[in-house]
Amino acid sequence: MLDFLQQEIPLPNWIDSGVNWLTEHWSGLFSILQTVGEAVMNFTTNTLSAVPPLLMMVLLTVAAFFVFNRKLGFAFFTLIGLLFIYNQGMWADLMNTVTLVIISSLVAIVIGVPLGILMSKSETIQNIVKPILDFMQTMPGFVYLIPAVAFFGIGMVPGVFASVIFSLPPTVRMTNLGIRSISTELVETSDSFGDTAWQRLFKLDLPMAKENIFLRIVPDGLLVTRHLSSHQPAH
Amino acid sequence: MSRVRVRNLTKVFGKRTQQALEMVKEGKSKQEILEQTGATVGVHNVSFDVEDGEIFVIMGLSGSGKSTLVRLINRLIEPTSGSVYINEDDVSKMSKDELRQVRRTKVNMVFQNFGLFPKRTVLENAEYGLEIRGVGKKERQQKAEQALDNSGLLSYKDQYPEQLSGGMQQRVGLARALANDSEILLMDEAFSALDPLIRRDMQDDLLELQEKVQKIIIFITHDLNEALRIGNRIALMRDGKIMQIGTGEEILTNPANDFVREFTEDVDRSKVLTAENIMEPALTINVETEGPNVALQRMRKEEVSMLLAVDRKRDLKGSLTAESALDARKNEKKITEVLDKNVQKISKDALVTDIFDLIYNSPTPLAVMNENDRLIGVVVRGSVIGAMTDKTEGTAEKEGVNIDA
Ligand SMILES: Nc1ncnc2c1ncn2[C@@H]1O[C@H](COP(=O)(O)OP(=O)(O)OP(=O)(O)O)[C@@H](O)[C@H]1O
Ligand SMILES: [Mg+2]
Repeated sequence: MLDFLQQEIPLPNWIDSGVNWLTEHWSGLFSILQTVGEAVMNFTTNTLSAVPPLLMMVLLTVAAFFVFNRKLGFAFFTLIGLLFIYNQGMWADLMNTVTLVIISSLVAIVIGVPLGILMSKSETIQNIVKPILDFMQTMPGFVYLIPAVAFFGIGMVPGVFASVIFSLPPTVRMTNLGIRSISTELVETSDSFGDTAWQRLFKLDLPMAKENIFLRIVPDGLLVTRHLSSHQPAH
Repeated sequence: MSRVRVRNLTKVFGKRTQQALEMVKEGKSKQEILEQTGATVGVHNVSFDVEDGEIFVIMGLSGSGKSTLVRLINRLIEPTSGSVYINEDDVSKMSKDELRQVRRTKVNMVFQNFGLFPKRTVLENAEYGLEIRGVGKKERQQKAEQALDNSGLLSYKDQYPEQLSGGMQQRVGLARALANDSEILLMDEAFSALDPLIRRDMQDDLLELQEKVQKIIIFITHDLNEALRIGNRIALMRDGKIMQIGTGEEILTNPANDFVREFTEDVDRSKVLTAENIMEPALTINVETEGPNVALQRMRKEEVSMLLAVDRKRDLKGSLTAESALDARKNEKKITEVLDKNVQKISKDALVTDIFDLIYNSPTPLAVMNENDRLIGVVVRGSVIGAMTDKTEGTAEKEGVNIDA
């Protein structure tokens, strides 16, 4: 018994060989993802950077004004912040970060929302997925960079990979929660009019859960970026 | 045959349904069954029919199974056993598709907390049923607007539900169900969340509506006064079983058991009974064919001191006291010349509560008129008091028009 406790389980070795196996046998897939991902990211960053900084600042300020219920304060601080970044010579970095946030949020939505929907419709799926999400969320975001770098090498793509893994759990969770928290009466109402499963999804579930989903994704994208920014490999 | 027929409908929540049903048969209480099996008997062996144009009220205390029963009808809850026939088809045996079709076209529901979608405007809410059915944008908009217009809500169509008062929200809920134009309407405590005055308005509106559209309405409430006010027939439930089905009057005057008696005991009868319920036959004199002598003789025979004067068509002409009849005989006047024309008339639907004031201020009996303004009876002080002092056996004693005027 004691013997067993003393004897170290060779977990690190297993993980090593697991990662090695993945990098060896799946390298084709990884390099495709790497290439495509890099191309998409570069395109996005280039497009963003092609916009003259001053024009971009005006656009973002106007957008902030309308997004935040026409509050002048928000628009004002947006402008000040952007000017400051520009002043510090970090405009290009900002565009890189914005790309990272946009792409990883999109990927998180594309994967996370359907998963959340499935989870809300079935207890079994919920019971399986939930612990996995918990596990994913206990790790700090940059931890995912390590395998990501192993798979994709250095660049923007491992950043997106890590961001997605980090922001996926909240997306799935909020979608699931958003749908599950719709009042029984509304569900009954929709059912009582003879809805199909798809009608229910598009006419009731998603409109009701929409805010829950989107209010979390963007902040989470930003949060993970903040986590990553101090650890991200140079690009 | 009735279009809605419920037969031996039973719902047990939980796993050990069979055991729970055995225990019900042994007469065990709901509590015992829950403790021993973990199953709850929601509805047990319920049967009834609902006729066209009827408002059928299901009433009972909290937890008696009303909501469960009404949801078994459109199968929002799966029945454990039993059948619900809509026209010829048994809802409980339908496939998913058939059931969806029934919900889309035959049965719609109005909910206690209105069931309005907060992200949709009033109009979009009213369109919901039609939208689900696949009705084109233009047509459904037009139908929904019509339904809103009928409830006087058209000007609110672009507002969101939270911007409306509770009463208005429920009108939207009702309009949405009506826009779908299905024959059966299920209403689960539809007015219970509203304050009393609004609630009364809604009840009136529903009655008026029913007059026009003649749907089959199954209305749930825990309020006996509401049940008596709007129900053509009432089913009283307790612990998932129906205790009695009957008209309001039958339930009040002929309770099937002690539970029903107790349940109806503290109803304010004055708010339920109408003039028609408590009136007595009017002793009359026909002014066109009869004279003072006949009048006096009739008064003597019936031991009253006054008669109501009518013409051949039973149009009310006034009242005739013994003194004026004597006066007419002595001075050879016509009856019509000595009539007292100030007889108070009331409609047969007047509530007893509204009759109170009138009768205390009126020296003569109140004449009860039907919708064609013909005399059909009288209400005297004695009959009002009689109606208030819980008469479970038949109507008030015949007192004639024996008032002390
Ligand atoms: N989904 C459910 N699972 C288990 N038990 C249930 C369920 N729904 C209802 N019940 C039980 O069935 C019984 C009847 O409930 P129901 O909601 O039909 O009562 P009700 O007459 O509508 O009461 P209320 O006036 O409070 O709305 C109650 O004992 C309730 O606890
Ligand atoms: Mg209920």
